[in-house]
Amino acid sequence: MVQLRKRRKTDETVETAPSAVPESVTQVIDPVAIPAGDPLETVLLSTGGPVEVADLELESEAISEIRDAGVELIVPLVGQGELLGALYLGHRLSDQPYSTDDRHLLGSLASQVAPAMKVAQLVREQQAEAKERERIQQEMEVAALIQQTLLPKELPSIPGWKVDAFYRPARAVGGDFYDFIDLGRGRLGVVIGDVTDKGVPAALVMATCRSMLRAAAPRHSSPSAVLMEVNEAIVPEIPPAMFVTCLYAIIDTGAGEVVFANAGHNLPYVRTAEGVIELRATGMPLGLMPEMTYDEKVYRMDSGDVMVLTSDGITEAHNPDREMYGFGRLMGRVAKRGKDGDMVNAIVGDLEDWTGVEVEQEDDITIVVVRRTSSAEDAASAFSPDSREELLASFAVSSIEGNEVLAIARVAEAVGSLGLGGLRLERLKTAVGETVMNAIEHGNENDSSLDVNVEVKATAAAVRIRVSDHGGDKVIPDVETPDLEAKLAGEQTPRGWGLFLIEKMVDEVRIENQDGTHIVELVMNRKGDA
Amino acid sequence: MSGQGFEVVVNQTKKGSIIKLSGTVNRAAKGKLEAAYELASTTDGQILLDFRQVEYINSTGIAVIVGVLAKARAADRDIGAFGLTEHYREVFEITRLSDFMHIYEDAKAGN
Repeated sequence: MVQLRKRRKTDETVETAPSAVPESVTQVIDPVAIPAGDPLETVLLSTGGPVEVADLELESEAISEIRDAGVELIVPLVGQGELLGALYLGHRLSDQPYSTDDRHLLGSLASQVAPAMKVAQLVREQQAEAKERERIQQEMEVAALIQQTLLPKELPSIPGWKVDAFYRPARAVGGDFYDFIDLGRGRLGVVIGDVTDKGVPAALVMATCRSMLRAAAPRHSSPSAVLMEVNEAIVPEIPPAMFVTCLYAIIDTGAGEVVFANAGHNLPYVRTAEGVIELRATGMPLGLMPEMTYDEKVYRMDSGDVMVLTSDGITEAHNPDREMYGFGRLMGRVAKRGKDGDMVNAIVGDLEDWTGVEVEQEDDITIVVVRRTSSAEDAASAFSPDSREELLASFAVSSIEGNEVLAIARVAEAVGSLGLGGLRLERLKTAVGETVMNAIEHGNENDSSLDVNVEVKATAAAVRIRVSDHGGDKVIPDVETPDLEAKLAGEQTPRGWGLFLIEKMVDEVRIENQDGTHIVELVMNRKGDA
Repeated sequence: MSGQGFEVVVNQTKKGSIIKLSGTVNRAAKGKLEAAYELASTTDGQILLDFRQVEYINSTGIAVIVGVLAKARAADRDIGAFGLTEHYREVFEITRLSDFMHIYEDAKAGN
């Protein structure tokens, strides 16, 4: 509302400039708002010109207030059919009633003021919006900075394991986080979490929670105890209506054992040789209430198992029909075997197919993938990382003594074009023969109904032979150098040369058991000293 | 490599005996090789193992050779070998068999 002046009845002079008008002769009329829908609004809009208050007979609270304020004339400011404001005028200083000329003048003034007021209002609104946008933008930048500063800069590098992580913030940065904590003695702490809310408040809670987890982790060997300690610490600190979902796992990288506890976070999946399983452990989110306890579970990851941890930004993403991506779809994606190391890209790609690439991301997306690599992959990782592996042969021989000779011939044929030096080829043949012979005799116990499977693969750098039998539960003794003197003296059996020869013949030998299958892998570099 | 069996022939000379092996030397060769050794050891002088016709020796064959070498050492007989491929010479070195028997390039170097 526009503020106007009211002359006191005892006025003697009038100054036009408010700052120059003595308080003794003028009085500023307090603005009286006209509520939307008040009958006065309708009258002012329909009249379009100055209105005498005395002429108004309306059931309107606004009118009463206006009368009490001493207003005599109301000049509506109307623009594009909207009541933008009104000029309230008291008595004329001359004590004369407002003349027709006065009314015309005021009406003309109002018609010029109204558009200017409209423009001023729009400018003010735009400025306010721009300021709000700038504030939100700055807040998002701060939130993003906090998150980017605190997320791990590098991934853990652990022999026999491969860890991948992916984090993509939504525009209004959420509170996702993940972390890796080196706990010593071959143990790795893995954290994934999500703070409710977005922006700076979520980022600050995330930072606090991360620090608490990092402080608690080295003090406990139990993930459950870590979550309990963090919960007790964060309950008094966290703003109302905020909480943190968090999964914390400790991986014994030697034994493959994963001990985990879950504070209300999405369940991790593990893709195993048999299919995908969920790692279930119950617990309330952190920060909701004190004295919470958390289930603790153990899972042993075998070679080739892949654990996938995600945030709800994936499962709760929508497609154009507003259907959620969901857990089932994620589980199905995890189950599919793709190229090694592509789990993150496979999930993100599938998610983008679901939501559409151009659609703005609704929430942060976080994926952590922990793979216990098979020895095959370890050997492969020793090769040039860019070299592609080619399958040269895959065949089986039945477990009949002497069939190792067939395997040797097939392998020799398969690698014939690789240009292995003569002596290196002979060594490889001997190693293959010994390995297949062991598989027939020890793994399959000469049971002719059981096959020994042989796979021959090559990269630009190496040849890899995988020999598998059905003796997965049998323990292969460590390789020892035979004591020839003792054998020649008749103190030891003359046998016991197989494993020793295999190890001497190739550049690398790896042994693993997978679900009753016993696999020996021979790696021969294509270029060597002979 | 044909996976053929194992055959053995003993040539006795004034200087000693040559045991000519052919085919595959594995555990199946044990009886024939031990019999050949017994025959060869009836002659004085060095006993030479001729590997020129051997296509394949596996670890059980190594064990058979170790067994024969043990008999020879027990009887204080000198055993040598010739005609080994480069690869099997390496195997004899790795297994240290070559520490206990002379490895010759050919028969003339021995007998």
